[in-house]
Amino acid sequence: MDAIILQILNGLDKGSAYALIALGLTLIFGTLGVVNFAHGALFMIGAFCAVTLQRILTLSHVVIDDTKKDFLGNPLKVEVPYIYDWFGQETGAAIIDWAVPLAIIFAIPVMIIIGMVMERGLIKHFYKRPHADQILVTFGLAIVLQEIIKAYYGANPIPAPAPEAFKGSYDFGALLGFDANTIIYPYWRLVYFAFAAVVIAAVFAFLQFTTFGMVVRAGMADRETVGLLGIDIDKRFTMMFGLAAAVAGLAGVMYTPINAPNYHMGMDFLVISFVVVVVGGMGSLPGAVLAGFVLGILESFASMREVIEFLPGINQVVIYLAAIIILLTRPRGLLGRKGVMED
Amino acid sequence: MSKSNFTRRGLLKTSAVAGGATLAAPQFFSPSWADGHAGYLNAPQGDTVTLGFNVPQSGPYADEGADELRAYELAVEHLNGGGDAGMMNTFSSKALTGNGVLGKKVAYVTGDTQTKPDAARASAKSMIEKDGAVMITGGSSSGVAVAVQALCQEAGIIFMAGLTHSNDTTGKDKKANGFRHFFNSYMSGAALAPILGANYGKDRKAYHLTADYNWGYTTEEAVRTSTEAMGWETVAAVKTPLTQTDFSSYIAPVLQSGADVLVLNHYGGNMVNSLTNAVQFGLRDKQVNGKNFEIIVPLYSRLMAKGAGANVKGIFGSTNWHWSLTDEGSKAFVKSFGEKYGFPPSQAAHTCYVQTMLYADAAERAGTFNPCGIAEALEGFEFDGMGNGPTLYRAEDHQCFKDVLVVKGKENPTSEFDLLEIVEVTPAAQVTYDASIFGGELGTCNPGA
Repeated sequence: MDAIILQILNGLDKGSAYALIALGLTLIFGTLGVVNFAHGALFMIGAFCAVTLQRILTLSHVVIDDTKKDFLGNPLKVEVPYIYDWFGQETGAAIIDWAVPLAIIFAIPVMIIIGMVMERGLIKHFYKRPHADQILVTFGLAIVLQEIIKAYYGANPIPAPAPEAFKGSYDFGALLGFDANTIIYPYWRLVYFAFAAVVIAAVFAFLQFTTFGMVVRAGMADRETVGLLGIDIDKRFTMMFGLAAAVAGLAGVMYTPINAPNYHMGMDFLVISFVVVVVGGMGSLPGAVLAGFVLGILESFASMREVIEFLPGINQVVIYLAAIIILLTRPRGLLGRKGVMED
Repeated sequence: MSKSNFTRRGLLKTSAVAGGATLAAPQFFSPSWADGHAGYLNAPQGDTVTLGFNVPQSGPYADEGADELRAYELAVEHLNGGGDAGMMNTFSSKALTGNGVLGKKVAYVTGDTQTKPDAARASAKSMIEKDGAVMITGGSSSGVAVAVQALCQEAGIIFMAGLTHSNDTTGKDKKANGFRHFFNSYMSGAALAPILGANYGKDRKAYHLTADYNWGYTTEEAVRTSTEAMGWETVAAVKTPLTQTDFSSYIAPVLQSGADVLVLNHYGGNMVNSLTNAVQFGLRDKQVNGKNFEIIVPLYSRLMAKGAGANVKGIFGSTNWHWSLTDEGSKAFVKSFGEKYGFPPSQAAHTCYVQTMLYADAAERAGTFNPCGIAEALEGFEFDGMGNGPTLYRAEDHQCFKDVLVVKGKENPTSEFDLLEIVEVTPAAQVTYDASIFGGELGTCNPGA
């Protein structure tokens, strides 16, 4: 029982990341009809927003320490962040420690701008082209973006830790009456899950309860009629692309303490996210979220030692196996709507 | 007036004979190309000799590949008489004079392995066929090393392996044309076990997470064998996909298993992620079986340790070489490299530099670039002054035997390079094994022509 609870918890944070990326993908597909293979790259760029802010906060000047030597035997050059000079060492260190949460504020405008530039500069030219063309151009864009990041930040992962206050893990075992240490879960992953829930709720609320959201939903249902009513739907869709980019970016920012970001992390999530979108039902926002969590939890269960021993290799194929079964029984996915991607 | 013999029947006959010959003697290189290189393949023409540096220039190990390439460029500079000569000053063999190799200036070409065996073979093949490389070296993965080594054997070129740690490279997959300076999984296990026993006791329960490929298997086997021999129990060993990025579902059940030690048989990005996840789960803050829970990383790389940040603090592992060594060879190399590039070299850079020097020295001593002459000069060669103390290139398996470093993540690093501290220099004798235990056959040297 404790092992089951543990894997459900594991699946929740993994599912959170899948759900957030798939949500953005579905927003773009539902509004613009574009299959965006560059969406994983937006997740990666979001993570590098956290790295960038961390680097900005740790911009330093050099102080020579004669008492220590560097690797060549010369006096050691110690880098002292400017922020220490401005706010004192204690406050400066605390600000640097909170770089990842602070990066949320930094990432939102950056990601919205990147998303809108991407849409206006490249993707809008492919609206009327076949999906294959859209996939090729967005996949190419993803490769270009990740190579740019690699050229600047290198190929190695860059650590971007969580604030000290969120280090360690919570003992659910003790809470639920199991032995101590049987069900432990890192604080930051709990934060990630809560954060994902808030973002998903905010996106749904935005689409459901605002005039802007109402117009977008109307545009998703019938773009031409909304246009005939004199509403500039293209402008709103561009903003939706920016919003989707911001959602992916925020997912990336908060993911950095879970796994040190590297230029390739977007590609690692991209394929699974597409599976999530298809399993959830093309164009269905609740479907994307539901499938994200379902597949995340399934993947966690398939990674259990007992399961791998019984079915070797199942941990590597379980998501695709589940996708096949779901699509065979429900061809439109879990919550797919009739008429989407069926013309 | 000449008469053409070109007829339909003649063409068919010729094609049949040529086709039959090709099928009867399949080979890697076309016969017409090999014909022009009698004696041995790619015998240097003119006043230069070309070496092929096959390193990961793209993909996840690109930074390590870049460091290997820096080391190769430094080695070429030193061989051609430039710079401060680096380890040539400390190398026990004095055959190299800074006048190139056998009077020929050293030139080089580079290839991108992408850390994929197929891509690595293709780039090595191109360097051999198109650029006339007389030796191939480099790489950052055992899968690549084994693949390229087999290709070089087939082609008749010497392969001086870069960073490859699997027992198989000089074990079951060893080749007469291949040589490895880097240490291996067995040596890591043999060096680590006594230190682990001394620090964590001899009554421990270990849980292994192992990267699901060749290197992972040999590393798990080596660490299991050496730790079980001193009394540790292996509670479980779980294989993790090489493409895995989030290891939480593999790490979460560790405490439930009753284990009090987690061994991460992971390298590169896998190591960074699994170690980060394990520390996130607070494993190192836990008490199990009345003991502090511990994590071990059998193969450390400073470049990779940087990615794991503060998570490496206090964690034991092994490494082939470290810039903080104080022997004359290491100091000379760190000085050359550090002054040229502004930061200390990695273990990958060290092994690549040394391999180039050893190849050049062997050519000088043999008086030829013929792979068989070079192989003979390297087999059983004993040398010193290249870091790691007195070293033997064992004839039976072409594996170097030298001191192995046991290291620990440093608690209070003074710089971004100061991540590991050496806790023990394990003597070569303690990590030496019988050449036959890993099977395989060297075969015979292939000069390629």
